[in-house]
Amino acid sequence: MSAVLKDTSSPPPSGGRLGGGPASAEVPAASAPALALTQAPGKKPRRNYDKVLYPVLVAIFLLTAWQGVVTGFKLPPYLVPSPILMMQTLVTDWQMLGLALLFTLKITVLSFVLAVVLGTLISFLFVQSRAIETALLPYAVLLQVTPIVAVAPLIIIWVKNPTAAMVVCATLVALFPIISNTTLGLRSVDPDLQAYFRLQRASRWQVLMRLRIPSALPYFFGGLRISSGLALIGAVVAEFVAGTGGNSTGLAYQILFAGYQLNIPRMFAALLLISLTGVALFVLMAWLSKLALGSWHASELSRD
Amino acid sequence: MDDVLSTQALGRPPAAVEVLSAHKTYPDGTVALQPVDLSIQEGEFVTLLGPSGCGKSTLLKMVAGLLEPTDGRIALWRKPVQRLDEAGKKLAFVFQAPTLMPWASVEANVRLPLDLAGVPRAEADGRVADALALVGLTKFARALPRALSGGMQMRVSIARSLVVQPHLLLMDEPFGALDEITRHKLDGELLQLWSAKKLTVVFVTHSIHEAVFLSTRVVMMAARPGRIVEEVLIDEPYPRKADFMVTERFASYAKRLQDSLFTASQQNDEEAMT
Repeated sequence: MSAVLKDTSSPPPSGGRLGGGPASAEVPAASAPALALTQAPGKKPRRNYDKVLYPVLVAIFLLTAWQGVVTGFKLPPYLVPSPILMMQTLVTDWQMLGLALLFTLKITVLSFVLAVVLGTLISFLFVQSRAIETALLPYAVLLQVTPIVAVAPLIIIWVKNPTAAMVVCATLVALFPIISNTTLGLRSVDPDLQAYFRLQRASRWQVLMRLRIPSALPYFFGGLRISSGLALIGAVVAEFVAGTGGNSTGLAYQILFAGYQLNIPRMFAALLLISLTGVALFVLMAWLSKLALGSWHASELSRD
Repeated sequence: MDDVLSTQALGRPPAAVEVLSAHKTYPDGTVALQPVDLSIQEGEFVTLLGPSGCGKSTLLKMVAGLLEPTDGRIALWRKPVQRLDEAGKKLAFVFQAPTLMPWASVEANVRLPLDLAGVPRAEADGRVADALALVGLTKFARALPRALSGGMQMRVSIARSLVVQPHLLLMDEPFGALDEITRHKLDGELLQLWSAKKLTVVFVTHSIHEAVFLSTRVVMMAARPGRIVEEVLIDEPYPRKADFMVTERFASYAKRLQDSLFTASQQNDEEAMT
């Protein structure tokens, strides 16, 4: 019997359910799903509330301090505008800034969608064979490490349509995270599960649809989050370089132009819109990811 | 060709598993398994028992067709595993980990082999429900694997193997990661399934007690290089209850296996010295 007792010396990674109270307190993630369920109704709303409340408190503190410094030291608005002046400019210049926002959003969304489609297709190509990946990966990396500011002038010369040129620039910036994350995801399949599919004589198509794609989703959504931000950065950089006037002007051009005119409050207002756009994109991606993975993937499960 | 495989074919039903001097050497020269011969009759519960590195999992995976033997032959009902259908037989494999799809419900996991084989929906529904009832998880059909304990996840894995209505069940240390109490429980349930479904089971474990409790026959293996050292018949009646484990006969089987394991490892040490 001593051998039987010896066997238990290494604690099992799961199944702690049998251990009762103390065991489930030590390994909450693995053994206390029932516990988490019973706690959820009381805890969850409070958590979401905190998530919004704390950052808002920080924002109120910072804005108040900013306003206080500007009025206290009587800083001129052409150096640092106060938050109130910034908001006033946002309202008075809304017609101009709103159009610019729409334009930047258009470039960002177009290039993001393009990057997602292209990136996913390329990573599907990569996982078809190691030879294809080995042959093409260095060029994907080359694309990633070459600063877009350096390439953008060329693209803007080559592509006649300024909107298309900007979309190409932003796509190039946003592409790589999608490729690398999705490729990694498509490859990171549980080897035993893969062996199981082989045992069941699953076709290549079945393995792709039922195993590879679901396994890749968490990585893919990670790529989306990074890439959505990069698409915005790419769009802003492309606008700076293109510097076009006329109808097709985005927020970056507004910043540039306001800078020439020393209209610093408008610069700040445009900057605020760019930041808010970035935050909105990130939140949207996080929400999508939660929608798709929320029920099963560890990265999206609540951490309590 | 097929005749070569069935050494004892005259008048007897074909062996469920026939291994003829199959061995496995990896390209780097590591010998995972020396040539082994093993014959398993229909309805047997055979345990491959041995320490890590004795090639027991390698042998099981070769039987399943997951690994190719470097040389030698393996036949299931006189057919190579790729043409098992022709013998009208099916096999199922249970991994050490539950190996479930984390994104799919218990029910969808159990249904997977039927979906892959294109079994019609109505028939699949019935078979999935039956398999879940067999392992006592009907209530958890809609749960995700994550919400279940390790033992319950293993039950899902077993239900997934039963849903194809296999004749041969290959199990690679299925309960190795579970705690002792859960393991005993599942061992008992497995024996019930085995006798109810008249399965042939090949079970890999490194626990002497589990091997003696479960098997009609224990195949003792040793490591470096992997080989079979002894086969021991466990000539005890079924159903076996937990109190079988405290009988003197159980202890003597366990001792005998322990001794042969000890002798094998000593031989290794002597060889290493010379």
